[in-house]
Amino acid sequence: MKDAFGLPQSLLVLGGTSEIALATARRLIARRTRTVCLAGRPSPALESAAADLRALGADVRTVAFDALDPESHETVLGKVFAEGDIDLVLLAFGVLGDQAHDERDPVAAVRVAQTNYTGAVSSGLVAARALQSQGHGSLVVLSSVAGERARRANFIYGSSKAGLDAFAQGLGDALHGTGVHVMVVRPGFVRSKMTAGLAEAPLATTPEAVAAAVELGLRRRSETVWVPGVLRVVMSALRHVPRAVFRRLPV
Amino acid sequence: MPAETASETVSVTGWGRTAPSAARLIRPRSYEEAVGAVRGCGARGGIPRGLGRAYGDAAQNAGGAVFDMTGLDRVHAIDAADGTVLCDAGVSLHRLMEVLLPLGWFVPVTPGTRYVTVGGAIGADIHGKNHHGSGSFSRHVLSLELLTADGSVRTVGHGTPLFDATAGGMGLTGVILTATVRLQPVETTYMAVDTERASDLDDLMARLTATDHLYRYSVAWIDLLARGAATGRAVLTRGDHAPLAALPARARSAPLSFRPSRLPPAPAFVPEGLLTRRTVGLFNKVWYRKAPRARTGELQRLSAFFHPLDGVPHWNRVYGRSGFVQYQFVVGHGEEDALRRIVGRIARRRCPSFLAVLKRFGEADPGWLSFPRPGWTLALDIPAALPGLGAFLDELDEEVAAADGRVYLAKDSRLRPDLLTAMYPRVDDFRALRAELDPRGVFVSDLARRLSL
Repeated sequence: MKDAFGLPQSLLVLGGTSEIALATARRLIARRTRTVCLAGRPSPALESAAADLRALGADVRTVAFDALDPESHETVLGKVFAEGDIDLVLLAFGVLGDQAHDERDPVAAVRVAQTNYTGAVSSGLVAARALQSQGHGSLVVLSSVAGERARRANFIYGSSKAGLDAFAQGLGDALHGTGVHVMVVRPGFVRSKMTAGLAEAPLATTPEAVAAAVELGLRRRSETVWVPGVLRVVMSALRHVPRAVFRRLPV
Repeated sequence: MPAETASETVSVTGWGRTAPSAARLIRPRSYEEAVGAVRGCGARGGIPRGLGRAYGDAAQNAGGAVFDMTGLDRVHAIDAADGTVLCDAGVSLHRLMEVLLPLGWFVPVTPGTRYVTVGGAIGADIHGKNHHGSGSFSRHVLSLELLTADGSVRTVGHGTPLFDATAGGMGLTGVILTATVRLQPVETTYMAVDTERASDLDDLMARLTATDHLYRYSVAWIDLLARGAATGRAVLTRGDHAPLAALPARARSAPLSFRPSRLPPAPAFVPEGLLTRRTVGLFNKVWYRKAPRARTGELQRLSAFFHPLDGVPHWNRVYGRSGFVQYQFVVGHGEEDALRRIVGRIARRRCPSFLAVLKRFGEADPGWLSFPRPGWTLALDIPAALPGLGAFLDELDEEVAAADGRVYLAKDSRLRPDLLTAMYPRVDDFRALRAELDPRGVFVSDLARRLSL
């Protein structure tokens, strides 16, 4: 169960090698989390992530999960929930793609959309139903500022996050009053392996900062969290910039 | 046939309004309906709930059933000669006072609110300002009827293992249907109250140790925002039921009248951050200064003495939507240093707490998970939104556990589970009894899940 401060005792990470998710897990293990399930494609990276969390004192296991295989989500996640209540589901999987390449390779572009959006729709719905039947829990969805307004430079990724964001908001409203809390997290540019080699955007942040914002959002039962917080203001301004100007902005 | 009882799925919290969870709320109107509700509560079990005054998650059951017992609220029999009452567990102490005071009887133990049920009073084994002499509520319960997981109703006598598991058992042994309670005789509904100020914590403890035994009721409001030499300054209010002879002639015509007044309720929406160090510090300073240095024999209405907050319905809303945490612990006699350290830490931390209360407990009662034990208990309210509060309270837990103390489960919403056994050594007996009495785990609450009770 979550405590008065929204801190979970059990955590399920979808996308178990996500740096943001692992930073969040480390932070939560330092407080109350005792059992962690890392769901992701089987890989040495997934196992070593599990070992790192185990070293912090948590009971950690890994589960084979593939966002691109929605048919399997019901079975895979059903098994996790059958073993005990999950207080927090962190939907953290996602790929950035390579915009320039993907524009010329529609199949690759669709993979970005399928991972970030349709994979999240199916696993999000499965997790939401399980949380609803246990009557409590939080579903934290890692969206992105890129979904707030599509930019020339990464609109394939941005549109997938826009879909995910809208889905998660709607899901949150659908689950209002069911004891389940859905929180959409919109980080800006996060320094991680996903963005390694890219030019850093203004207001860049770190996985640890996102983790801290997630913990705070859980305590406040927030529905939307921006990281850093000032992005809420920046993005609401950017959203209203005329297209002709926005197109020319160096963002 | 077990009757079908209407139910609806609602979001449930405790009085602190933290950590909501959804449950089917079922309100039985007869014992048969209660039996039916327990038998048919499904895989995620059920938990009885009274008036929802437990601060944390004790009367919540995510995804399962919550039995709202306030529909079973009959007072069955009063023995006005002997001073006992047999009533449904859903009867509130408020109702009991309305019925009993005109007959010259009072509840044996009352907490800081009248709006708790008899079932909740037993389940949390509540204490009041008379704990140093009268013990906790269960000491005055002669017997009770318990609806257990198999759907049967058992009569449980005082002093049996099932009684001791149920007293303080947070509703996890079953649903209390009725109880027979021994009452306290009173001549009037007034209290004769002595008030004095204590300049710091040591002064306070010295005064309580020296003269508590002279009073039936005793409590100290403590200013946890005062620092330095004034750390732990307090206002003691102690007293007893006023005898008829103490009343002025005007009041003697109706010495047993009980008509507590209520103000309008707190508004449904209160902005966050009203209770800051500054506002609460100011309140505390005024409260301390306005208290008389020493006053004896002041007559107070019973409700003003015991239940001042009941005058403001929904006062818990003043903490805003994040809600609040109540932290109450006890450390034994001889652990005064631990109490000093904890009070010092709270004062240095500047927790905006204006409802802080210190009391000296007397002999413990045998409830396995009953909170009180001889020593010092401190209770304080803190806004849940205060940054870093969770980690800070964890540190206090360590101090409490190291001093062989414990925190109060009826108020808890955040205890670290691995400290439970140190604080409640009989929790293993409790689990064993539950495993035998309720092998399918019919009775379960969010508290029980969180702490593996």
